Amino acid sequence: MISRRDFLQATAAASALTIGSGLGPLGRAAAQQRLTQADILRFDPLGTVTILYVADTHAQLMPLHFREPSVNLGVGEVKGMPPHLTDVEFRNYFKIAAGSADAFALTADDFVALAKNYGRMGGMDRVATLIGAVRAERGDDKVLLLDGGDSWQGSWTSLQTKAQDMVDVMSALKLDAMVGHWEFTYGAERVKQIADSAPFAFLAQNIRDNEWQEPVFEARKMFERGGATIAVIGQALPRTAVANPRWMFPNWEFGIREEDIQKQVDEARAAGASIVVLLSHNGFDVDRKLASRVKGLDVILTAHTHDAMPGLIKVGNTVLVATGSHGKFVSRLDIEVKDKKVADIRFKLMPVFSDAIKPDAAMTALVEKVRAPFAGDLAREIGKTDSLLYRRGNFNGTFDDLICNAMMSERDAEIVLSPGFRWGGTLIPGDAITWEQITNATAITYPNCYRNQMTGTQIKEVLEDVADNIFHPDPYFQGGGDMVRMGGMGYAIDISKPMGSRISEMTHLKSGKPIEASKTYTVSGWASINENTQGPPIWDVVAAHVAKVSTVKIEPNTAVKVTGS
Amino acid sequence: MILKSVEKTRRETLAMAAIAGLAAILAPRLSLADEQAVAAEIKKLYGDKKFESGKIKLDVPEIAENGLVVPVNVDIESPMTDADYVKSVHVFAEGNPLPAVVSYRFTPACGKASASTRMRLAETQNIVCIAEMSNGKLHMAKANVKVTIGGCGG
Repeated sequence: MISRRDFLQATAAASALTIGSGLGPLGRAAAQQRLTQADILRFDPLGTVTILYVADTHAQLMPLHFREPSVNLGVGEVKGMPPHLTDVEFRNYFKIAAGSADAFALTADDFVALAKNYGRMGGMDRVATLIGAVRAERGDDKVLLLDGGDSWQGSWTSLQTKAQDMVDVMSALKLDAMVGHWEFTYGAERVKQIADSAPFAFLAQNIRDNEWQEPVFEARKMFERGGATIAVIGQALPRTAVANPRWMFPNWEFGIREEDIQKQVDEARAAGASIVVLLSHNGFDVDRKLASRVKGLDVILTAHTHDAMPGLIKVGNTVLVATGSHGKFVSRLDIEVKDKKVADIRFKLMPVFSDAIKPDAAMTALVEKVRAPFAGDLAREIGKTDSLLYRRGNFNGTFDDLICNAMMSERDAEIVLSPGFRWGGTLIPGDAITWEQITNATAITYPNCYRNQMTGTQIKEVLEDVADNIFHPDPYFQGGGDMVRMGGMGYAIDISKPMGSRISEMTHLKSGKPIEASKTYTVSGWASINENTQGPPIWDVVAAHVAKVSTVKIEPNTAVKVTGS
Repeated sequence: MILKSVEKTRRETLAMAAIAGLAAILAPRLSLADEQAVAAEIKKLYGDKKFESGKIKLDVPEIAENGLVVPVNVDIESPMTDADYVKSVHVFAEGNPLPAVVSYRFTPACGKASASTRMRLAETQNIVCIAEMSNGKLHMAKANVKVTIGGCGG
């Protein structure tokens, strides 16, 4: 296995491609407005195996803006460690120059100005170009393409086609294997149907029939690439049955199942694997802990928490890759195998700058084809925005503020709750708000916007429960996602406290009065995991509101006071 | 309290689960047990005897996917010979109306001391497992299970 010194050299070499003397080739090219496809692809090849990795694309076929978080707090042992670094701390850690292309791709401050310089990111035809170029350089027989899940959900077209658009696109990319999370919200039957018929493998070692504990999906698949045997073990989101509606897959049970991963690793080695990869939707902090407890994993391809990091994180002899989300990045790992073991790994997080990469014509045509039946709806302009609308952040996002405002006015509620989803595109001031933009932030299979009564005590319980899901000091007790967004109510949170005592100072914003424990409030929200939730789909609620206000302007949100970080 | 010799079929285990669940369902109005209630139950069984750690593998989920049927697997390290075997295993839940969830009795003929069942948990709580060995030694293990309202996944 690679020594620490080798590893540092490996990352330094890879980093040099994007970092160099602080303002590397990408930064310089960008500064000169000459960012090229060759800059993005440049890589000093190593060994005989290349793994290409995408995750959390959330069904985004077209280039978009996606602002990374400015608040991403870590707790317990991972406090202040990557990926829990933002803006200047992130840039310092990864040696990225402010204002550079990498700074735009990976950090949040100055987003609006940089967006105008660097343009959109992602787009499956650009992703296809990068994948095609690497395959041409290395040879098809050396390249393995993997998807870390959350690829089938997050757009109007994926929702309307029940993921068929993404299955067609990922098949055309010649995907080798994937794992799942939001995929399961199309229901057990649909997921099994795709898994059984798609040309790629759908892997999940940790999903069992909850009566007989039999595996629901293939746990692991062995691939031959560049003369080496690679074992890929799939790990679905362990908390799917808690985070999403269990009634959509009532007979499935999830969980981390650490010992079963160990068994898979041991079996894979016994069967001749030189490289063992965990294709994981655990989330980064869970995978970091898992890497310290499961022996023999060479690589963990992480997903779920949407982190993008331009360097590998090493735990023992395992390297962790965080490839970002929404098609913004494609990760490349070149692996050298000696004596049936990993001898060296070289990595690059390739940023998918849409304006710098020539679209792959066949993929452009396929994307147009799958979007064509919905083109009229997607382009329909509902209003425009004067404010930056983004999703990510532990406590709020301006796009969530817009959704909350919509529920407050359209559903006549005193207090509203909106889930802390980490997916959905970013709009910059002056952008039109189209049906596509609204549904990119709302397209789920359980969209009903409910309206009911809750006591102050019940609201506090919800906040405490969700907070524990994010800020429990042991990552195995976390579930991913961000804090539930509140409209009409402010609160204080001490993230260092235990469950039940993090939330205080709950205040009804309109009256300025404290929320009373026993008083009943009219509450609206969406994405309830309960079956038969009543109410209009959230996209109609948001569209009605945007149509009425015509131009959206979001005031700075100061309703959440955070301490303990 | 359910006392039962362990058979090795899955059907038996499931039957056990149904009974264990029933115990909780029949007592909805009782106040919740707590650490002291579990300690009192254990004292009834074993007095003031000392417990050791180790030997017990208590396998429960960190987060319950369905609080109505939370899987619990216990596996006790033992040669299971006539000279050295596990006599009984008890599982308690600190946050349930009745703290005693299930008890198993083993004989060397069982071959191994392991059992699985499902229990109903009303809220986040500790699960306590104790094992009595044939030489009179007692072991204890504890694990926390989080019962959450869920939702809002990334």
